[in-house]
Amino acid sequence: MMELLYGLITGVLFGFFLQKGHVLRYDKQIGALRLKDMTIMKFMLSHIAVAMVGVYFLYDLGLVKLALKPTILGGVVIGALLFGLGWGLLGYCPGTSLGAVGEGRLDALWGILGMLVGAGIYAEAFPYLKTTVLTWGDYGKITVPQILGVNHWFIIIPFILCVFFFFRWLEKKGL
Amino acid sequence: MKDKSAWNPYLAGALSGVVSIGSIYFVGKYLGASTTFVRTTGMLEQIFSPERVAKMPYFMKEMPVIDWQWMFVIGIAVGAFIAAMGSGDFRMQLFPDMWKSRFGDGIKQRAIVAFIGGIIAMFGARLADGCPSGHGLSGSLQLSVSGYIALICFFIGGLISANWLYKGGK
Repeated sequence: MMELLYGLITGVLFGFFLQKGHVLRYDKQIGALRLKDMTIMKFMLSHIAVAMVGVYFLYDLGLVKLALKPTILGGVVIGALLFGLGWGLLGYCPGTSLGAVGEGRLDALWGILGMLVGAGIYAEAFPYLKTTVLTWGDYGKITVPQILGVNHWFIIIPFILCVFFFFRWLEKKGL
Repeated sequence: MKDKSAWNPYLAGALSGVVSIGSIYFVGKYLGASTTFVRTTGMLEQIFSPERVAKMPYFMKEMPVIDWQWMFVIGIAVGAFIAAMGSGDFRMQLFPDMWKSRFGDGIKQRAIVAFIGGIIAMFGARLADGCPSGHGLSGSLQLSVSGYIALICFFIGGLISANWLYKGGK
């Protein structure tokens, strides 16, 4: 029961910041995909950079566990490309679609309906996909520092620097 | 587009990252959203054919129940509503501005494109085992290889379809 309450609170906070950053909007999401407005890129990379440092710091102290998703090339590459194709038509992603409804963008409801149907179709196809696509190129739960054989901070620090310079470049270009 | 009510996206993104850290530290939960659609569909299908749903492998894997993530996704709508009301941003809208200026205001067209987009997006997200939250944010912040591959492929797919849809338009 407490877990459900924590879920709700986390969602409210996350939704609040998504709305304040204006990233729930179709115009911002499609704006990014048409390379006209990089607001969602700025939001996502800022989230990733901050949480990466925080989580790996806590991880080093033994206070949190990682929860990695396996790298199955067949599923991840084909699935993510399909997701992208659908995303470019819908203009909202699963999490932001609910937030978009929260700020009054009713067209997100069509997308939510579609996503529920899509989930149902996937559930039907799962037994077949499990023995085919989802067995192609299964590398298990791997991280970038693991495959390079280095300590994670050797990746995190250069990553943060790259993000910083990328942001500077975006600002210079006015994107 | 006037963006007066917007916070700096770097700041809003960074603060949302702190929310992520808090959730992982206090509850051990990484943010994600797309599994919730599976559970909801399972719950809806259960109304009509509970025996069938009980036997389907995917619904056995992702049980049709209300869990942490389900509440998280509902919370996003609530949080967005509170934030939008707070800054006078709440606006009932049937078409996004960009859509309207390109395709006009036929309800049917927007509904069909959004609905089909939703079907494809969710099928893909489940095949990839995550969406921009689960893979894009939570996977990338953990330096997971799957997170970066997914994030890049999300954008490639999106670049293709969004630019195809708006081909030649402003």
